[in-house]
Amino acid sequence: MNHAQHSRATGAPVLKVSGLKKAYGAIQAVGGVSFEVMPGEIFGVIGPNGSGKTTLFNSMLGQITPDAGTIELNGQDVTQLGPLELNRRGVGRTFQTLQVFGKMTVRDNLIVAAQEHQGSMFSRIFAPGDSGLGAKADALIDQFRIRHVADKKAGELSYGQQKLVDIAMAFMSEPDLVLLDEPCAGVNPSLVGGISTLLKQLNQNPQMGKHSSFVVIEHNMDFVMDLCHRIMVMVEGQVMAMGTPAEIRANKQVLDAYLGS
Amino acid sequence: MKKIPLQVHIALALLVAGLLLLLPAHLKSYGIYMLSYWLVFIIATMGLNLTVGYAGQKSLGHAAFFGMGAYTVAIVMKAGLSFWLGLPLAALLCFLVGIVLGFPALRVQTIYLAFATLGFNTAIWLVMRNEEWLTGGTFGINNIARPAFLGWSLEGNLAYYYFILGTTLVMGLLLWGLLRSPWGKAFTALRDNPIRAESLGINTRSYTLLSFAIGAAYAGVAGALFASLVQFIEPAPFAVNASIMMYLMVVVGGPGYFLGPVLGAAVGVVLPEWLRFAQAWYLFAFGSAVVLLMIWLPDGLLSIPDRLRAKRLARDASAARAANAQRMGAKA
Amino acid sequence: MSDFLQLLLSGLATGAIYGLAALGFTLLWQASGTINFAQGEFVMLPAFIMLAFLGMGAPLLVSFGLAVVVSVTLLGWIFKRGIVDPLFRYGMMPIVVATIGLSISMRSLVRAGFSAEAHPFPSLFPDQIFNIAGITVTVADIGTFVLAIALVFATQAFMTRTVTGRAMQAVAQNTESAAVLGINVPRMIFYAFAINAVLAVAAALLVTPTYLAKFDMGESLGNKAFFAAIIGGFNNSRGALLGGLIVGICENLAAAYISPAYKDAVALVIFMVVILFKPQGLLGKKEERKV
Repeated sequence: MNHAQHSRATGAPVLKVSGLKKAYGAIQAVGGVSFEVMPGEIFGVIGPNGSGKTTLFNSMLGQITPDAGTIELNGQDVTQLGPLELNRRGVGRTFQTLQVFGKMTVRDNLIVAAQEHQGSMFSRIFAPGDSGLGAKADALIDQFRIRHVADKKAGELSYGQQKLVDIAMAFMSEPDLVLLDEPCAGVNPSLVGGISTLLKQLNQNPQMGKHSSFVVIEHNMDFVMDLCHRIMVMVEGQVMAMGTPAEIRANKQVLDAYLGS
Repeated sequence: MKKIPLQVHIALALLVAGLLLLLPAHLKSYGIYMLSYWLVFIIATMGLNLTVGYAGQKSLGHAAFFGMGAYTVAIVMKAGLSFWLGLPLAALLCFLVGIVLGFPALRVQTIYLAFATLGFNTAIWLVMRNEEWLTGGTFGINNIARPAFLGWSLEGNLAYYYFILGTTLVMGLLLWGLLRSPWGKAFTALRDNPIRAESLGINTRSYTLLSFAIGAAYAGVAGALFASLVQFIEPAPFAVNASIMMYLMVVVGGPGYFLGPVLGAAVGVVLPEWLRFAQAWYLFAFGSAVVLLMIWLPDGLLSIPDRLRAKRLARDASAARAANAQRMGAKA
Repeated sequence: MSDFLQLLLSGLATGAIYGLAALGFTLLWQASGTINFAQGEFVMLPAFIMLAFLGMGAPLLVSFGLAVVVSVTLLGWIFKRGIVDPLFRYGMMPIVVATIGLSISMRSLVRAGFSAEAHPFPSLFPDQIFNIAGITVTVADIGTFVLAIALVFATQAFMTRTVTGRAMQAVAQNTESAAVLGINVPRMIFYAFAINAVLAVAAALLVTPTYLAKFDMGESLGNKAFFAAIIGGFNNSRGALLGGLIVGICENLAAAYISPAYKDAVALVIFMVVILFKPQGLLGKKEERKV
C-alpha cells in the first residue's frame, strides 16, 4: 500500500482522544493517552499484552468510563456515553471473540446490524421485515464473498466465515468510525490476506458514500504494517511512538521494546 | 432439504380451520368448554412466549397478569359497565404494569429476575386474596355475564367459543405481524447476545420493557376472556403454581417458535384431561411425560424439524468426510 | 413472654429443617446451576422409603441409613445423570421444567402407588417435655434444632476445610479453571447432588414425625425451602440456614399472633419484602448484571 497516495483528508479529526486515564486500583492501565484519527484514516494500535490497548478500546466503546481525559467524536464530547449511544452517533465495532447471532441467518445478522438506524421504534413496527436493508446486505454479502452461506444460520458457519460476518455487521450502519478488535484473532493465515483486502476496499469504497475511519488493534505485525496509514505503539499505558508504518519500523525504541530484531 | 410444498401447507391450514370451525358444533358442552379453555391459554402463552421465548427474559409471574385481566373484567362488569370497556382496560392495565415489572429485569441477572417475578406474582395474589372490598377475597366474584357482540348474545357456550376463537386469531395475527417486523429481530438479538445488540444500536432497555409489557397485555386479554368463560373467578388459578405451569407450557411447546403456545397449551390444559382415563395415575403420567419430553426435546416439541435437519446435516458432513478419506486413501 | 419464647424455640426447630432443605437447594444451584423445583419431593420420597424399611422391621436408624443409600443413588446419581447432565448445555429452561414435571410425577407416584393418606412416623427423640423457667420445650424441638444445625455446620466445615469440599467450591466458582487444575469436575458436581440427597433424608427424618408422611408434604416444604434460600441469599450457604430460621420463627409467631390462616403466607411476604429491597438475599453477595 502506498501511503503517499492515500489522500489524508484535512480538517477536523473524526476521533480525538485527549489525556485519557484509567486506573484499576494501583495499576494505571492507561496513563494519559492522546491521539487523533482523521476522516478515512486507518489507525493501528499495537503494543505488548498489558499495554492498555484493551482498556483504551473499552473506554472508546463506552464499556468503561475513564478516570480522566476526553473522547471527542466529530467534535462532540462522547466520553460518558455508552455503547448504544455511541453506535447511534456513528461508531461501529467488531469483537475479538465471535459475537454473531448464531440462530439468525447471515443475511438477518446484517439486517439487524443496521435496522435500528431506520426510523423510530414505533415506525419500525410497520416497516417491512428487512427494513429496506436487503439490497445493502446483499451488496456486503457479495463484497465479502459469503453469498453461498447467506441463508444459513450464522452459528453453522466456520470460524473464518463467522469472522467475516462479524466484520460485515459493523459496516452495515455506515459508521464514521469503526473499531476493530483483533480482526485476525484465531483466523486461518490464508484468510488474513482476504480480510486485509476487504478492509482496504471498505475504507476506500465510495459506494458507502463516505470514507470510514478505522482504529485497529492487532498483534499480527504484517497485517498492521500493510493495512494502516498510521500506527500508535502503546507500552505500559503510555504512547511510546506514533507515526507511519515505515517510521515505526525504524523507531529504535519500539524495536527494542516490542518488535525485536 | 425438500421444502414442504405450499399446497400441503394450505391443505393443513384448511383442515385445521375446518376442525376448529365445524367440529365444536357437534361436541357436547364439555368439549366446547375444553376447546375454549385451550384457546384462552394459547393467548396467555403467546404472550409469555414473547417475553421468555423470543426476548429471552425470565418470567415466572405471568399468571398474575392473567388474574389482573380476569379481575378487571369481573370488577368492571360488577360495577354495571360493559365487557367491552373491561377488555381493553385489562390489556392496558397489564401493559403498564408489565413495563413496571420490566424494570428489575434491567438491573438483575437472570435467576434473580425469576425470583423477582415470583415475588410480583405473590404480591398480586395476596392482594386478590385479601382485598375483599375489591376482589371479593377468597370468595371471589361470581355471576360474571357473557357479553353481547354487535347485538348477538355470546351467552351460549358455542357462541362464546367462536368469539374466543376469533380473538385468538386476531391476537395471533398481531403477534405474527410484530415478530415479522424489525422488532422480531431486535427481540431475538436481545435474547441471544444483548452486548452485541447494544453495540449495534439496539435499545435493549426499551425492548426488554416492551417484551414484558406486551406479554403481560396478552395475558390480560386472555384473563378477560377467561372471566366470562368460567363466569366465577377466585384467586387460586392466579397463584405462583399457575405461573409455573404457564412457563412449562412455553418450554414444552418450544420457546421462540410461533406455534409453540398452541402445543404447549394443549399439553398443559388438554393433556391432563385426556390422561384422566389413567385415573389415579394420570398426574404421574403427565409429570413423567414432561420429564421425558424435556430430556428428549430440550428445545420443545416444535424443535423436532430443526433437530431432524441438524441430524441430516451432520450425517451429510460425516459422509462427505468419509468419502474424502477414502479418496485420500485411494491416492496413497 | 413465655409464650413468645416457646414459639420462638419451636420455630427454631422447624426453621432449622427448612434450612436443611434450603441448604441442599443452594448447593445444587451453586454446583450445577440447577433450580430444583422438586426439592420438596426430594424430602417426601425418603420419608416413604424409610417407612417402607420400617415396615419390614428395620429399626429407625437402620432405615435412615438405608434410605440415605437409596436417596443418594436415586435422587443423587440417577437424577444427575438422567436429567441434569443431558440438559445442562441447554440453559436453565429445560432443567427447570423437567424438575417441575419430576415433582408432579413423584407426588402422584406415591399417591397412586402407595397411599393418599397421612402416615405416622416414629420420632428419633423420646416424647419428653422440659420445663425451663416457665417455658415448655419438647426434647424433639431441641433435638431437631441441634441435629439440623449440626448437619449444616458439618456441611459447611466439609466444604471449607476438606480438600474435596474446596474442590467442590472451586468447581462452583469456575468450572473451567477447576478442570484445568485437574479437579474431577463431574465427580465434584455429583458430590453436591449426593449431599443434597443426604440433607433431604435428614430433613425427612426430622420433620415427618410432626407433620406425618403424606404424598403432598413436599409441596409446602419445597416452597418454604425455596423462599428460605432466596431470603437468606441464594449464592450463600449460611444464608440458607438463616433464611430457614427466619421463616420458621416468623411462621410460628404469625400463626399465633395474627391467624393460623396466614401461616403459609408469611414465607411469601418475607420473600417479597426481601426481593424488593435486597434481591440477592440477606447474606447474599450482589451479582451485577454482566455487561
